[in-house]
Amino acid sequence: MSVRIKSAQDVLNWPSSDPVNLSRRRFLTGTAVGALVLGFGLPLGTSRVQAAAAAASTELGIQVPAFLEIRPDNTVRLLCPFMEGGQGTFTAMAQIVGEELDADPSTFLVESAPPGEAYVVLENGWRITGGSMSVRMSYPVMRRLGALARAMLLQAGAEKLRVPVSELSTEPGKVVHIASSRSIAYGELAQRAMDLPVPDPGSVQLRDPSKFRWIGQPVKRLDAYDKSTGKALYSIDLKVDGMLHAAVQHAPRLGMTVGSLRNEDQVRGMKGVHSVHLLPGAVAVVAERWWHAKRAVEAIQVNWQEPAGDSKVRPMPADFSSDEFLKQLSVAQGTSRDAEKEGDLAASLASAKTTLEATYQNQYLHHAQLEPPSALARFNTDGSLEIWLPNQAPDMFRADIAKRTGLDPSRITVHSPLLGGFFGRHFLYDSASPYPQAIALAKAVGRPVKLIWSREEEFLRDVLRPVAAVRFRAALDDDGMPVAIEAISATEGPTEAIAGKQGEKIDETAIEGLAGKSYAIANKRIAQIYVKGPVMLGYWRSVGNSLNDFFYEAFLDEVADKGGKDPFELRLRLLRDNPRLTKLLQTAGELSGGWKRGPFIAEDGTRRARGVAMASPFGTHTAVIAEVSIENGQVKVHDIWQAIDPGSIVNPAIVEAQVNGAVSLGLSQVLVEEAVYINGKPRARNYDLYPILPPSRMARVHVRVIESGEKMGGIGEPPLPAVAPAVANAVSQLTGQRIRSMPLSRYTFT
Amino acid sequence: MELRINQKTYQVDADDDTPLLWVIRDDLGMTGTKYGCGLAQCGACSVLVNGNIVRSCVTPVSGVIGLEVTTIEAIETDELGKRVVDAWIEHQVAQCGYCQSGQVMAATALLKQTPKPTDAQISAAMVNLCRCGTYNAIHAAVHELAGLPAQKEGA
Repeated sequence: MSVRIKSAQDVLNWPSSDPVNLSRRRFLTGTAVGALVLGFGLPLGTSRVQAAAAAASTELGIQVPAFLEIRPDNTVRLLCPFMEGGQGTFTAMAQIVGEELDADPSTFLVESAPPGEAYVVLENGWRITGGSMSVRMSYPVMRRLGALARAMLLQAGAEKLRVPVSELSTEPGKVVHIASSRSIAYGELAQRAMDLPVPDPGSVQLRDPSKFRWIGQPVKRLDAYDKSTGKALYSIDLKVDGMLHAAVQHAPRLGMTVGSLRNEDQVRGMKGVHSVHLLPGAVAVVAERWWHAKRAVEAIQVNWQEPAGDSKVRPMPADFSSDEFLKQLSVAQGTSRDAEKEGDLAASLASAKTTLEATYQNQYLHHAQLEPPSALARFNTDGSLEIWLPNQAPDMFRADIAKRTGLDPSRITVHSPLLGGFFGRHFLYDSASPYPQAIALAKAVGRPVKLIWSREEEFLRDVLRPVAAVRFRAALDDDGMPVAIEAISATEGPTEAIAGKQGEKIDETAIEGLAGKSYAIANKRIAQIYVKGPVMLGYWRSVGNSLNDFFYEAFLDEVADKGGKDPFELRLRLLRDNPRLTKLLQTAGELSGGWKRGPFIAEDGTRRARGVAMASPFGTHTAVIAEVSIENGQVKVHDIWQAIDPGSIVNPAIVEAQVNGAVSLGLSQVLVEEAVYINGKPRARNYDLYPILPPSRMARVHVRVIESGEKMGGIGEPPLPAVAPAVANAVSQLTGQRIRSMPLSRYTFT
Repeated sequence: MELRINQKTYQVDADDDTPLLWVIRDDLGMTGTKYGCGLAQCGACSVLVNGNIVRSCVTPVSGVIGLEVTTIEAIETDELGKRVVDAWIEHQVAQCGYCQSGQVMAATALLKQTPKPTDAQISAAMVNLCRCGTYNAIHAAVHELAGLPAQKEGA
């Protein structure tokens, strides 16, 4: 009989058998990333004591030795508060810190920092990698960190050269005494420097931006070589001595529990099987090889039981249909809460000669990051736990692991390897991560266990991008200009979904992109009807904006058409008191060679049209123009022109890459993607039935960055939301068929 | 069984039907070749078998006995492979990087067989999925290697 594990707590309460072969030998070979995470601690010395004291301080990012290690070869090792998952944050942080430290970013080795107060550097006091926050919300703090480190190196240099610190300066990687033509490499000074007191944070002068060497330059990504040669290591690649592999079979519907196994003896006898385990909502096989574990676990015939009334997870009903649910949303009644209200909507709607209304909706989406989730858990002989797992918030994960296991957080070491894509997938989602299972299995077998979720098991437990049905109403004046707009969204936002209930305040992640628009429409109301659904939801790149800007910007084109206005001209008029957005929209127009809506005949004889849309997510403003045609009944997107104003930027090459990536994901959601549930089960559990954008459907992307000098905005997510409505508006213009839902693969075009 | 991988001979104790991918990753510890879907949909697991691109997640290991397998780990020992890697770095292709081993292998296989591919041949060969959306950078890198203009043809 296999052992039933109800929770990790259960196994921790078992009498512990001695773990086998728990070598503490460093587990990876000498590759640049990930190899040096083990055993890292603050360097010994007075600074360590200081660092502890500084934790009580309100100043962020001043514990220099916690972040930086400068090696004898002058390599600068930076422990980065943020995770690298493709967005380029490791390189950006090397540029920012290096600029003030006076060290070339190419000499940096960047890794994810462990959990800890020291690494809270975001101005809002959070430690997450998300919300396009990393650079924009830590920029001054990370610059100061570099400057503080430089000051410490200068001080150490003064001691060594026996000259006043005022006579010293730095050049990249070294302290220089010009008067005596002497210099000392940082690597020679670092040991002493990092033992010095960290200077008063207010005492360091930051570099004049006009003298920046690396910030603002297209510095090459630090991870480009490793990622082009297979050397980069992700969670799924890791290995420790004595490790076993595990695979799971999840309940077909979330909330179901394991009743009994019909063929357990047979499965236990399959080749390579070490043991079979019953977990909450899943069965697992541990084996010497992952392939054996996977094959065996998929062979298990489980009698699944319907969810209990007190299920701790959101139970998926046996009759759930996503199409039916969307229909219900579109007619949902109930109390609505206002997110934005200005003017007198009712009066302007009542008095207007021209009004229009329309209902929009969208689809569920998977994150579909290419790296399937995994977790590697190891209990050390002293009972402490080490875990390697993809995550966007290591402190939250450690706290959750402490809660689940009863271990003190100080006895839990969280390692955060490179992410093989994330897009919001690796926040803390109950029921959607493998680590609770990996911990339980490692404890049960007394050996380290790496659990990988197969793509199929991942798609069964992934949290989905929310859906909404939005009912719009608008009123036009005699000139055809909108004077009133109302949007009532029947939806559940990801934040309230994770909380399991509606909060006291409206969930901004539910309505962002409907709310927060800059168009001068005097009377407006943006409201939400909260409809709790049966699907576990999560954050998906650009979050609420990923759907809401589609709705709003597509409806705005309907408003323009109803009033006989060109949609580009209409937007310009609605933004005429907003010079920043006016310039942005005009820039997108210029980038596209001058706004032309079409339809027109292109040089190759195809009939095409263009659409425009704007979005202002995460502190950045974007304007997108799309050009489309119909090819074999499907929408073909030829070009995307995007103007983006994030205030100021750190790396133009990475910004352009992020715009390309966001365009790709935006095209994917508008053209092909949808997670469909039938009878409580997903129609697709792999890329065969869940298409993501293939290379053949990528558009050319043209980017123009405007550095307006306004407050710095985000980069990873902002270029996404305006893509879908720009495409939809172009398709509506080309075909005469109004696009009010995604994906376009549901439509028939001739 | 005996396998030839990256011009070395390995003795492996694996079932005939184990996918080559898992032998490479778990038995031989070479993790540059990635698991993405297990269904030959994404291409993250692409390797070369006698110079042909193969999706190792659905290739039984017994099927490559006696054949020469090349993985990303050996890419720089091949002159063309090195050029592909250099182009990937020059064009700053990688974002998360997870699919890029497979992309580099696909590009290398294409250019080995067709040193001067047409735009259509490139499109037909470079079909691996990338969730980060590096398609245009891949396109530019392969076009440069093929001696074609980097800008996408009148798509």
